Amino acid sequence: MNVNDHNHYDNGGIFQLLLAFPVLLALIMYIFAAIISSRHAETWPLYRTAFWVLGVLTAASAIVGPLANRAHVDFTAHMLGHLFLGMLAPLLIVLSSPITLFLRTINVISARRLSSLLRSWPLRILTDPIITSILNVGGLWVLYTTDLYMLMQHSIFVHIAVHIHVFFAGYLFTMSIIYFEPTPHKTSFRYRSIVLVIALAVHGILSKYIYAFPPNGVPAEQAEIGGKLMYYGGDAIDLILIIILWYQWFRATRPRITLSKPLDV
Amino acid sequence: METNHISYASRNLWSGILFGVGLVAFIDEAVFHQLLHWHHFYDKSTTAMGLVSDGLFHAFSWFATVGSLFLFADLRRRNGLWLKRWWGGAFLGAGIFQLYDGTIQHKVMRLHQIRYNVDIRPYDLTWNILAILLIVVGILLIVRTPPDKWEVTHNER
Repeated sequence: MNVNDHNHYDNGGIFQLLLAFPVLLALIMYIFAAIISSRHAETWPLYRTAFWVLGVLTAASAIVGPLANRAHVDFTAHMLGHLFLGMLAPLLIVLSSPITLFLRTINVISARRLSSLLRSWPLRILTDPIITSILNVGGLWVLYTTDLYMLMQHSIFVHIAVHIHVFFAGYLFTMSIIYFEPTPHKTSFRYRSIVLVIALAVHGILSKYIYAFPPNGVPAEQAEIGGKLMYYGGDAIDLILIIILWYQWFRATRPRITLSKPLDV
Repeated sequence: METNHISYASRNLWSGILFGVGLVAFIDEAVFHQLLHWHHFYDKSTTAMGLVSDGLFHAFSWFATVGSLFLFADLRRRNGLWLKRWWGGAFLGAGIFQLYDGTIQHKVMRLHQIRYNVDIRPYDLTWNILAILLIVVGILLIVRTPPDKWEVTHNER
């Protein structure tokens, strides 16, 4: 049986508009903040705004529009949507440094409050690479190896909750591996590297598991294409993540000439 | 100009090893999976351990390839590149990974075979003998570039 064949909720008209609203809001707010911030302090780089727009549109393509509609009847489209929502969009959004922009735009007192919130211990736990990996890849294991995937095709609330989780888990994960924002709880390069490799491995293993054992309600051929897409699509985005991580190591460990030490660093 | 290659002997070795592992994994993926279609994405006889091993090595190979090149760039900017030792590491890493792939992953964990619907023995032999040759070349290069033969003047980091 293919659960994808029958949708239990209407996906057109008002519903689409309702979902498009936060997307528009996100675009307008960022651009507005970038203009204000550029006026008061140094110019906010244009490439960051470009990353934000691309990131938000990539995420949006998994929620509204043709790809999102196709995802209800086709597991491959669903998987492409999830690659966009959970991996590519979070990467682009991390590159656009929205927290930095927000801190720059709001007044000093609010900015201090926010940065003390960022320094708090719950945030330390929530942004630890191991925790974000479990939320991210662990969440995907639950989605594709239990009946959650089937449930998500039947209940609009589960559907939205899964999408929100996939995006934010992907965002936290990306943010915990590469640093583009004020990061009070930095972890070592070695620690992040080990966690990243294991997280990628578990992602790859899940892709092959989906290929071999289709989630309930997904036809075998769709699971095979979807699994391969997850495997190789994941690889492509992970490669960018790995390059950025190593580049940040390369920058951080550059030899410095100091007065106390000769050139032998 | 002063060269620091003795101080960075082990970084040269590791950069080479990571490059070797990454290169073999890349050739495996590009040539045997994508171009020849000899290897299969998934083989029904794969053990659970095989899936885990494949996942870990696949993820690690990307990390290793990129990392080895950044380490290489780092050695160059520190004027510490020791190419002979680096190649020793590269051969060793390539050989060890190929041998692991050809024996443990293909045979014990039955991840997939080199090729299907053929007599597999000549393929397995070629694969693993080549792996052993790579290891031998690697070890020869490494023992011929001993860091302790020279006076070590700088502490290694």
